[in-house]
Amino acid sequence: MNSLMAVFKRELKSYFTTPLAYVFLVIFLFFAGYLTFKEGFYEMRQADMRTFFMNLPLLFVFMVPSAAMRLWAEERKVGSIELLFTLPITIRQAVLGKFFAAWLFLAIALSLTFPMVITVCYLGDPDIGLIITGYIGSLLMAGGFLAIGCFFSAVSKNQVISFVLSVVACAVFVFAGMPTTLNYLSSFMPAGLVAAVEGMSFQIHFDSMQRGVLEFKDLAYFVLIIVGWIAACTIILDERKAA
Amino acid sequence: MSVIEVKELRRSFGSVVAVDGVSFKVEKGQVLGLLGPNGAGKTTAMRMLACFITPDSGTASVCGYDILKNPIEVRRSLGYLAENSPAYPEMTVGGFLDFVCDVRQIKGADRKRALDRIVPMCSIDSVYHQTIETLSKGYKRRVGLAQALIHDPEVLILDEPTDGLDPNQKFEVRKLIAKMGKDKCIIVSTHILDEVDAVCSRTIIIARGRVLVDSTPAQLKAEHGCGLDAVFRRITKADGSKDAKTN
Repeated sequence: MNSLMAVFKRELKSYFTTPLAYVFLVIFLFFAGYLTFKEGFYEMRQADMRTFFMNLPLLFVFMVPSAAMRLWAEERKVGSIELLFTLPITIRQAVLGKFFAAWLFLAIALSLTFPMVITVCYLGDPDIGLIITGYIGSLLMAGGFLAIGCFFSAVSKNQVISFVLSVVACAVFVFAGMPTTLNYLSSFMPAGLVAAVEGMSFQIHFDSMQRGVLEFKDLAYFVLIIVGWIAACTIILDERKAA
Repeated sequence: MSVIEVKELRRSFGSVVAVDGVSFKVEKGQVLGLLGPNGAGKTTAMRMLACFITPDSGTASVCGYDILKNPIEVRRSLGYLAENSPAYPEMTVGGFLDFVCDVRQIKGADRKRALDRIVPMCSIDSVYHQTIETLSKGYKRRVGLAQALIHDPEVLILDEPTDGLDPNQKFEVRKLIAKMGKDKCIIVSTHILDEVDAVCSRTIIIARGRVLVDSTPAQLKAEHGCGLDAVFRRITKADGSKDAKTN
């Protein structure tokens, strides 16, 4: 088993040996379900998961940083970062191992929303392709938020500070694509710049996937976000690990 | 080529110069005691050798591997026990050692042999299934020692290895270090001068990031005609007053 897998295995196990995983899963699943039905799932009279997926960006803004905040902040606070980086493991392997473990944890959380899928399949005849692309988009978006959370977890030893900074950064990425924000920006920015801001936000790329369209530009966007923030996390860790 | 060669290592943290041109060599079969007052630069020097932090200038090699060019090979060749014996509090002792074996790629029968050797050696049999956060300071240190020794490295860097241990455990660990010192290269940092006498074949006294003395405990006592305690005070105080005169 190479070093990346060792860190991956350890991190994934640590989610489930503490109450963190269970508290997170209960809260996430409760709100995912609650918001779906509150937003008018029955009133729409359509067997699809639109109301489920449309709430995920805002739910992730708060939930994903809570899963990410401990990744590096706790290591630095407890001092175990000194153990980790005196073992034969590179910073990149450690960052990727932790990232993939947290991402798999979020994938598990998403997969536990399967009762929603069963519900719509029972109630009607949903487009399964739309549901699949919706989940793929959700997973990629979770990965994007998680990469941002990893970075801010490496920035501060204090988990609360990491959480707050991650939430703000993730919120910027989500709200940048909201119609109200774009309308406000278009009152003083040229159209090209407003389009650029819209293109930078998670919302537009996620909306596209929700509609069942898997375009290269949307996949590439999320991959670039993940790669960029993870690379930044690696750099900041190298600077700050001994601080 | 010496097992450990340190050449003019320097490291600052902002305006604070932690290590200021430290050089020394350590051979196989030597146990080097790093002595110095608090803030002398001992831990910083050890962290640079263990490739946890990079030096601002200078270099070092461990088992022929350069700390700047081959940090992973350096870490593979050495066992490092940090000052506070860091570990993962939510893991059990067994789970933690399994993780270290995973990272060090000790698998299957080799892992079983390593654990069968190390667990009784560090006397952690009784706490093997306990979570690390529930252990006393002494047991945490023993677990830290176990992870440093599990891969039977050629080089050991131990930062205050007996800190927090009871007198019996201190005796056992010193006996272990003395035994391993015959065929390994060991650097021990300590404030306990009895330990230097008991275990170390060489002594370096560091203060303000600089090597003041590189000698053996017996030679130091003979030259100064007093115990190590007094030698330490004389040398570190002399350095302090020399600095005061210069300033």
